[in-house]
Amino acid sequence: MASISMTVNGRTVSGEAEDRTLLVEFLRSNLALTGTHVGCDTSQCGACVVHVDGKAVKSCTMLAAQASGSSVTTIEGLANGDVLHPVQKAFHENHGLQCGFCTPGMIMAAVDMIERHGGDLDEATVRSELEGNICRCTGYHNIVKSILAAAAEIGGARQAAE
Amino acid sequence: MYATNYHRASSLSEAEQMLAAAEEGKLLSGGQTLIPTMKQRLAAPTDVVDLRHVAELKGISVSGGVVKIGAGTTHAEVAGSADIQSACPALAGLASHIGDPHVRHMGTIGGSIANNDPAADYPSAMLALNATIHTNKREIAADDFFVGMFETALGDDEIVTAVSFEAPDSAAYQKFPNPASRYAMAGVFVAKKGGTVRVGVTGAGSDGVYRASDMEQALSGSFSPDALDGVSVDPGGMLSDIHGTAEYRAHLVKVMAKRAVAAA
Repeated sequence: MASISMTVNGRTVSGEAEDRTLLVEFLRSNLALTGTHVGCDTSQCGACVVHVDGKAVKSCTMLAAQASGSSVTTIEGLANGDVLHPVQKAFHENHGLQCGFCTPGMIMAAVDMIERHGGDLDEATVRSELEGNICRCTGYHNIVKSILAAAAEIGGARQAAE
Repeated sequence: MYATNYHRASSLSEAEQMLAAAEEGKLLSGGQTLIPTMKQRLAAPTDVVDLRHVAELKGISVSGGVVKIGAGTTHAEVAGSADIQSACPALAGLASHIGDPHVRHMGTIGGSIANNDPAADYPSAMLALNATIHTNKREIAADDFFVGMFETALGDDEIVTAVSFEAPDSAAYQKFPNPASRYAMAGVFVAKKGGTVRVGVTGAGSDGVYRASDMEQALSGSFSPDALDGVSVDPGGMLSDIHGTAEYRAHLVKVMAKRAVAAA
């Protein structure tokens, strides 16, 4: 058994888990943070994307023990109370989801993408950056639209702050 | 996944000890191949030794035209490195198209070459760049390192610590990704240094990554796509599976090689 402690969404958590426990299992089973989904379980679909030390990773392809000592952000950690994160808001406003299963991973990937590219995102970049996230409903059109809208809003807010 | 014991090494010597003490240990770098393989029960190491916190395996340096990349450097770090972009933009470009952004945040160059997947991108670059593979025991020329499919010259207790190579005069990598998996069905890395041209081919060969010596010869005479017109690629040495026949892959190798020369 591994003793695991990490910061999840700003909160220090700890627990015991088998060494083979995946990060996504630890988040869902030990911490009851079920917003992070398991879609394919073969490292392809991206429904399980979370941020570990500020970088988007597939939590089904990392052991919980590997993430011990790290700072993890899940979909539950994005909103500020009732106020949605700009990316969540953009998915809502642009109908960036249908069944919603892939949405947590899409949003975590989008937040990471916008952080890395800033306001420079264009449609081709968004589509290529979504390589690791699969959606079976939307045909991606409104997901791309949502991410571009959020990037514009976040980019604009950054400019205003500077 | 079968049960395993997780160990976190904080130094190379600690990793060596942990590996030596394990019954059937495996080194865990980015884990982007090993963990999926363990989940499918295709690998069942008794112990995994996590190398992600070993500082000696990190970092990129370029000095006097020699590029050195620590084995624990992620694909995202290679892709985003201003030093690599300037010394060998082809390698930065290659790294930026491995897997997807999430995989690139975890996967490492050392892990990729130690695994030597027949469709991995990095091995072709190591061959074409005439790289040296540094381990905790010795230095191995890339030509001697890649032995066959998923097979390298590494001993059981050997750990890749870095790769190094002289920056080429010009280089380029072109791959034809499988439309579903995005793994290379044929990937060709071409590098020119002085009068020498080296060509590494991944994804296509039935024995894993290889050097296309007839292409190298043709390109050493004239470094242009047309120089490859007279070179024929033998389907006999190509992979053949549901994704493409040997003849198809042989054709792709030549097309990718021409594109790489044009882009270099």
